Amino acid sequence: MKLLKLYRYLALAGIAIVPFSGALADYNSVTADRLANPEPENWLMQKGNYLGWMHSPLDQINASNVANLKVAWTFGTGVDSGHEAPAIVNGRYMYVTTPYNQVIALDAGTGELLWRYKHPLPEDLSVLHNTNRGVALWGDMVFTSALDGTMNGLDAKTGELIWRTWVGDWKVGAYITSGPLAVKGKVMVGPSGGEYGVRGFLQALDAETGEEVWRTYSVPAPGEPNSDTWAQEGEWADSWMRGGGSMWMPGNYDPEADILYWGVGNGSPWFGDQRPGDNLYVASVLAMNPDTGEILGHFQYHWNDSWDWAAMNAPTLLDYERDGQTVRGLVSPQRNGYMYWLTREADGTMNYVHSLPYVKQDVFASVDPVTGRPTYNAEHIPGTGKRAEYCPSLWGGKDWPYEAYNPVTGLMYVPANDHHCMAIEGKVMEYIPGQWWAGVDIPDIEFWVDENADYYGQIQAWNVHTGEPAWNVDYPESMNWGSILSTAGGVIFLGGTNDRYFRAYDATSGELLWQIRTNSGIISPPSSYAIDGKQYIAVVSGWGVDARVQNEIIANQLGWRPDLADVPKGGEVWVFTLDD
Amino acid sequence: MTQATTEPGAERRPATRRTVLGGLAVAVCGCGTAQWAPARAEDGEDAAAGPDALPPQIGDRFTYIYGEKMGDVIRPEDLPLGGDQKLVYPMDPTTGTIRDGSRLNMMLLVRLDPDTLDEETRAAAAEGVVAYSAVCTHHGCPVSMWSKRAGTLYCSCHGTEYDPKATARVVAGPAPRRLPMMPVGIEDGEIVVAGQFTSWVGSQNT
Ligand code: FES
Repeated sequence: MKLLKLYRYLALAGIAIVPFSGALADYNSVTADRLANPEPENWLMQKGNYLGWMHSPLDQINASNVANLKVAWTFGTGVDSGHEAPAIVNGRYMYVTTPYNQVIALDAGTGELLWRYKHPLPEDLSVLHNTNRGVALWGDMVFTSALDGTMNGLDAKTGELIWRTWVGDWKVGAYITSGPLAVKGKVMVGPSGGEYGVRGFLQALDAETGEEVWRTYSVPAPGEPNSDTWAQEGEWADSWMRGGGSMWMPGNYDPEADILYWGVGNGSPWFGDQRPGDNLYVASVLAMNPDTGEILGHFQYHWNDSWDWAAMNAPTLLDYERDGQTVRGLVSPQRNGYMYWLTREADGTMNYVHSLPYVKQDVFASVDPVTGRPTYNAEHIPGTGKRAEYCPSLWGGKDWPYEAYNPVTGLMYVPANDHHCMAIEGKVMEYIPGQWWAGVDIPDIEFWVDENADYYGQIQAWNVHTGEPAWNVDYPESMNWGSILSTAGGVIFLGGTNDRYFRAYDATSGELLWQIRTNSGIISPPSSYAIDGKQYIAVVSGWGVDARVQNEIIANQLGWRPDLADVPKGGEVWVFTLDD
Repeated sequence: MTQATTEPGAERRPATRRTVLGGLAVAVCGCGTAQWAPARAEDGEDAAAGPDALPPQIGDRFTYIYGEKMGDVIRPEDLPLGGDQKLVYPMDPTTGTIRDGSRLNMMLLVRLDPDTLDEETRAAAAEGVVAYSAVCTHHGCPVSMWSKRAGTLYCSCHGTEYDPKATARVVAGPAPRRLPMMPVGIEDGEIVVAGQFTSWVGSQNT
């Protein structure tokens, strides 16, 4: 009785509870080699491999049998709002994070709860996005970043807290939603804050001790390389200090070349005329040395960002054919509505190869064929005291959800959103730490979709070698917020729509092969793993955050029926498999 | 700022098994005092500390949350008639302590034509000045924006709109309930706290 009471108190106090049973015996330590060459049966990191492929080499579930997929087990997280973390699996240990920073460890075979870590958040916490995008694994530890700006190292078998380090300060808006990336004994993460005047950075911590190893800012201080892309004097001389460039999504890594590729977010405030210059490295991808954080190279997708088109998603690392040659390259469908092909040089340099719009984009007037630098249509550049309309809206041709790459089909699968636009007019806002500082108040933002459009959300399949579209799936009554899982079985999986379905499509043709309705809408990346030779597909259903906000605005504009407008809340892990 | 655990300056705090368990005793005891507050142990440290973290006290004045005017006492004429709202913290008039030790103390003041207020709101207002908690009841974000179009208090995170003329009831958006209202009075031309919040402050997350 006493014990029971104590446990109740522990739960109230928000402390991790280790249940009596269930602890699985073996935990296979995560090493540099395992992360560089992940076993097909595991899903050791958020995008499945360092290259960002979102691709499982498992092929037991394939195009001819996926129609027989059944629910193996489900597990309710007990948390509302947007669940954006994949199920990460090492052996039988599965880790899922929730909004407000719980880490739930489950037996991947049965769904049995092994432990639950509830991060002790400050009671007066206030953050724009309450979500979390998953754990990283290294050694015998699990790493979870939190909204209060901390990184936490936990014992992988018990959930016990081993260390906690402050990375960002939520009180000034530097909260963390990104999942960390583990590379050679370091865990790396960058905070959010592009709407709060936070100067973006990426920080690496020693995985064992939590000590800071390096921190690299995405905006150079005066005197540092490329600081001349910011005003040096006059009214905006200090704009670099609050210039944004949050590195708020996990990067990718080339283990052969030993180079990190990390995306950099939008400029702060949103209006470029309040920070004159190209503003490196806002809206760019950075190549970095993982040992020192040194910036080795950069490519800026668009200069002097004025559209909140964050380039936070790192490009996918892959080799493509070009003029009869194999190019060690990078491919990235960007939030600015263009898809990019770059090269990946041994020294970290990235060269522009090609780009094209994959959704309606009315800002770029032209793109330099050699450098990739765009020119702009002036009437679509919002400014201070200047209202301008532009497409796509701030949510972009694609927001943070992951594209997938299948090396067998040579196709990249892109969760795209089209036919949405917005209008904003900037003002100079007083800077108050921790308060919205985007240069426009949210009630003054105009957002709309084209009412005559045939579709809004899409899956686009692109041949990375020819640069041609292969096929697409159109969603006439929903945007698509679904990260895509590619599998060697020739099937792709995703949710992402407001109708709560989780779907499987033929990877070659785009034909719908299977679907199941879940408790809520799905915005978490699916993953795949195998236990004792049996393949599973896992996904977390739990609608919220920007997908919900955007869906409600559109539903209101278009008069969508309640079933599409009012997506139920609540997180639930779903795991599917074939009958024996 | 007294909440050491939220200060990045505190940097690394290695938490061994022992320190976590050691903190439990404090956290468990803390539950009793928090009552309706969501139980979130701050690594076992009790957040209720100095006077800057106390909730608003009767007689408190209000001051700006940041900048050069932080510390200045706010008078009705400092607020634009008909909105927008100002974000404020309560301030002890004797010691000058600004109660910014907890964000749960962040409040908003808005001055409206008294004739436009409903009865309950008017009873809590003084010279048309109405005071509410600025902590959104949805997920706790600051209700810092003003919708000119609707004349509503607008939350900066997910767009809940509260009607300042009618006890801040929810007119749009996801918040589950109205903002807590605080009765105010006027003393020596200054706006003062004259009672208790009409309900508990904050959201119910985590
Ligand atoms: S926190 Fe205010 S609407 Fe969500």
